[in-house]
Amino acid sequence: MTDSSTGTRSVVMERQFPYPPEKIWRALTQPQLIEEWLMKNDFQPRVGHRFELSGDWGSVACKVLEIEPNRTLAYSWEAKGLESIVTWTLTPSATGTSLRMEQSGFHADQEQFYQGARAGWPGFLASLEQLLARTD
Amino acid sequence: MNVMPAPHDVLFATLADPTRRGLFERLCREGEQTVHALTAQAGISQPAVSKHLGILKQAGLVLHRRDGRETHYSARPDALAPLIDWTDRMTDFWRSRFDELEDLLKRMDQ
Repeated sequence: MTDSSTGTRSVVMERQFPYPPEKIWRALTQPQLIEEWLMKNDFQPRVGHRFELSGDWGSVACKVLEIEPNRTLAYSWEAKGLESIVTWTLTPSATGTSLRMEQSGFHADQEQFYQGARAGWPGFLASLEQLLARTD
Repeated sequence: MNVMPAPHDVLFATLADPTRRGLFERLCREGEQTVHALTAQAGISQPAVSKHLGILKQAGLVLHRRDGRETHYSARPDALAPLIDWTDRMTDFWRSRFDELEDLLKRMDQ
């Protein structure tokens, strides 16, 4: 998926669960539960808190950006050259909860390393994709 | 589990520099160019241009060929595939995480 206005790309995943948002929220925000489905971590549900997710292959540096209990959780996700933001959205449904995850890359509030890349990136990726389409 | 393989590091780091990105974009846009032609428009010295081209070459983003006294550079857009593909890799990653989450939720108390 590509957002043509900014040139960012994102991954979106959505799934229905037969549980209330409160239960899913616990799985998304309690460290010992996060570890069971995602990775080891030192997460705290506090905006500005920096935490690390660690897996066998390395670690992901994160910072909590937004919290609205039982509704929205967003954190930055930086690993091996990828700077992105992961946003969780919980929406109550007739049968439980719809859980949506969006991971978007190259956001505007990135730090030093990509500042140079930011300005040129949108046109750059657009021209690349055209080029890749041509060079099959 | 390898979420972000190493080629990303190199590509991002290489293209994060505006001068290098400019050279690469120009080669993408205009096709093969000599070092002289690139230098004429880059606004920096030829050794500086050559240094940037060398870094692009190490990252696999450009190819070069010698023709007499001139060196010609061309873009290798295929080298960008790992960048274009990060969404595919992450999609696989998140799908498996969602499966784990589903298992966990089944085990959890209300």
